[in-house]
Amino acid sequence: MFRKSLAVAAVAGMALSLANAAEARDQIRIVGSSTVFPFSTAVAEQFGKTTKFKTPVVESTGSGGGLKLFCAGIGAQHPDMTNASRRIKKSEVENCAKNGVTDIVEVKVGYDGIVLANSKVSAQMKLTRKQLYLALAKDIPAGEGKLIPNPHKTWKDVDASLPDIKIEVLGPPPTSGTRDAFAELALEGGCKSFGWIKAMKKQDKKKYKAICHSIREDGAYVEAGENDVLIVRKLEANPKAFGVFGYSFLDQNADKIQGSLIDGKSPTFEAIADGSYPVSRPLFFYVKKAHVGSIPGMKEYVAEFTSEKAFGPDGYLADKGLIPMGDKERNKFREDGAQLRNNIDL
Amino acid sequence: MTDAAPNPNGAVGGGLAARNAAEAVRRSLKRRYAAERRFRMYGILAVAFAVCMLGLLFTTIVSKAVPAFTQTMINLEVTLHAQDIDPQGTRDRETLATANYRSIVRRAVFDLFPDVTSRRDKRALFDMISPGAVFAVRDLVLANPMLIGERVTVRVPMSDDIDQLNKGAIRKDVPEAERRVKDKQIAWFERLENRGAIETVFNSTFFTAGDSREPELAGIRGAAMGSFFTMLVTLLVSFPLAVAAAIYLEEFAPVNKWTQTIEVNINNLAAVPSIVFGLLGLAVFINFLGMPRSAPVVGGLVLALMTLPTIIIAARSALKSVPPSIREAAYGLGASPLQVIAHHVLPLAMPGILTGTIIGMAQALGETAPLLMIGMVAFIVDVPHGALDPATVLPVQIYLWADSPERAFVERTSAAICVLLGFLILMNVSAVLLRKRFERKW
Repeated sequence: MFRKSLAVAAVAGMALSLANAAEARDQIRIVGSSTVFPFSTAVAEQFGKTTKFKTPVVESTGSGGGLKLFCAGIGAQHPDMTNASRRIKKSEVENCAKNGVTDIVEVKVGYDGIVLANSKVSAQMKLTRKQLYLALAKDIPAGEGKLIPNPHKTWKDVDASLPDIKIEVLGPPPTSGTRDAFAELALEGGCKSFGWIKAMKKQDKKKYKAICHSIREDGAYVEAGENDVLIVRKLEANPKAFGVFGYSFLDQNADKIQGSLIDGKSPTFEAIADGSYPVSRPLFFYVKKAHVGSIPGMKEYVAEFTSEKAFGPDGYLADKGLIPMGDKERNKFREDGAQLRNNIDL
Repeated sequence: MTDAAPNPNGAVGGGLAARNAAEAVRRSLKRRYAAERRFRMYGILAVAFAVCMLGLLFTTIVSKAVPAFTQTMINLEVTLHAQDIDPQGTRDRETLATANYRSIVRRAVFDLFPDVTSRRDKRALFDMISPGAVFAVRDLVLANPMLIGERVTVRVPMSDDIDQLNKGAIRKDVPEAERRVKDKQIAWFERLENRGAIETVFNSTFFTAGDSREPELAGIRGAAMGSFFTMLVTLLVSFPLAVAAAIYLEEFAPVNKWTQTIEVNINNLAAVPSIVFGLLGLAVFINFLGMPRSAPVVGGLVLALMTLPTIIIAARSALKSVPPSIREAAYGLGASPLQVIAHHVLPLAMPGILTGTIIGMAQALGETAPLLMIGMVAFIVDVPHGALDPATVLPVQIYLWADSPERAFVERTSAAICVLLGFLILMNVSAVLLRKRFERKW
């Protein structure tokens, strides 16, 4: 009996104090992409330790999920910023506006390279995006205007210059932003090299996308979950397999795995930074302007993220695997962030 | 009946049949014994297989976790010049907290090797020290402002890469381009080792700190406290509710369509995937009631909903196992139904109910899926001090570390698994002890 009344009292007490908690919030809340998560958290930690503000809470929800939460409205129960491994879409801006989130500041933080890698035990692979498309697409073109299910079993089937080993690529599942970016940058890049498919982009965009972005499901591409560490381990165990993941995992495991050359470019820090490595994408975060002022520290967080010691070429984010932008771009986004410029223009 | 000699009275057939039957039994006996032995063997094999798998799991996790409990430290001689920290001499806390300790630590590190001059090399040298060194010096000054102006020796952590080098996880024999520690850094490290500046100590940070992006500064305390508050809320909500529901259903409720429907639904709920409870929590507690995201109170409520059916089912079977004679004796002495339950049935059923509760709680402790929906899968540095502070829980921490690129997080992941397993074993052992101590057999 006593225990029960104690429990009731505790629950009632919680319910009362909740009312207060929901109103005021003195801590920044960030949601969004799992790719930006390691960088965002590093900044959040640095920010919490070096300023008088509390350490922001960073959630890893994925780019789309983050923007959905971000656009849900204005008020302490909605997040203040969201990370994204792609640009915000027009539909998302409209959705935001519908819920009263009209002033959004876009800050680009740098680039992320997506690598195709294999174990150091095997030879390094040299591929073009076209070969990659022919190896991994669900259907491949056979002559003008005709598609056949991908018949290639080994890399040699794709191109006689490639080694005679089975095509086996471990990569992220369809829910992952990394996979979207890989399909868009690597596969579509190869897909476009067929003239008639490229011409289709203008007439039937949906079909064009279906042809270029569909990855085969017959076992050559293995969905290995969102955990990139796991893919790296599997590559070590199976020297014939290849893996698809973010550059920072290659950087951390350079003693065990090697990145394949794509279109003659090796996935190095420099090649991704200057844009010559073809499979790289920009990373962003978005700031809700309406919250600046009511949530303490937002301006200072943006300033920390865009400072030279964070996203600069020698900054601590570069150590974590972020590929920095050029001087001009860095200055532009630092300026935009400091002024809280409403800079989305789609 | 005898089968020694043929029976002259014509019962030959019967005696023969009996003999044949006995013969048949004797012949089949061997086969039946063999079958029984085989059956036992299968059982032993199954148990041995399970024990082997468990042993394998434990040895791999524990052996991987062991390095996480030590940390490579360096004894750094730091000069705390007053003009760097507090030029006005106000000893104001704000001034002390925001002083440029980074440059103080940098100078101390460069003093170790006066021969290092180029910008690039200096950077490589400073990278060998954890970013936590700067905060360690700051905390030292804040704790004792009298030290300003003195030259002190501070023990600070080295970076995760150097730590991995020291533990042998980064090998020196691979080509320089393929490892994160450069040849020069290895040479400096060896020189420091020869001078006796390097120490490998027990990693107390792991048990006292919250999460961090730097493996050498990351700790399990934040997640452990988050788990504690979450479990507290779960227990406070689910235990009384489940016991009340079980008592009503078992002792008072009439048997009709309604109670049968409820019973079926409770059994169904116990089998619902946990993520569904997370969606429910998001809709009801966060969107409708406006509770904060990432808070243990919401996590606790969601997990309480998830544990309720488990506890109700366990509590009902515990109540059912109290013999009717106890109830009848109490009624016979004139006790009211409430007195019968509160004074006799419930105390006798309590060990069973508690066992069910602990098993349900252990299940809830290892749950991550429903917490994803309510924002508890997050990077949270500050150790929570209450059920309303943003927090994460042990299994989520394991998931987040397992997904981090830094090599040093691999061992910390295993160490966190050890901590979680420790809690689970503790809970299950206490369930067994409770049962052993208080259970009564009729």
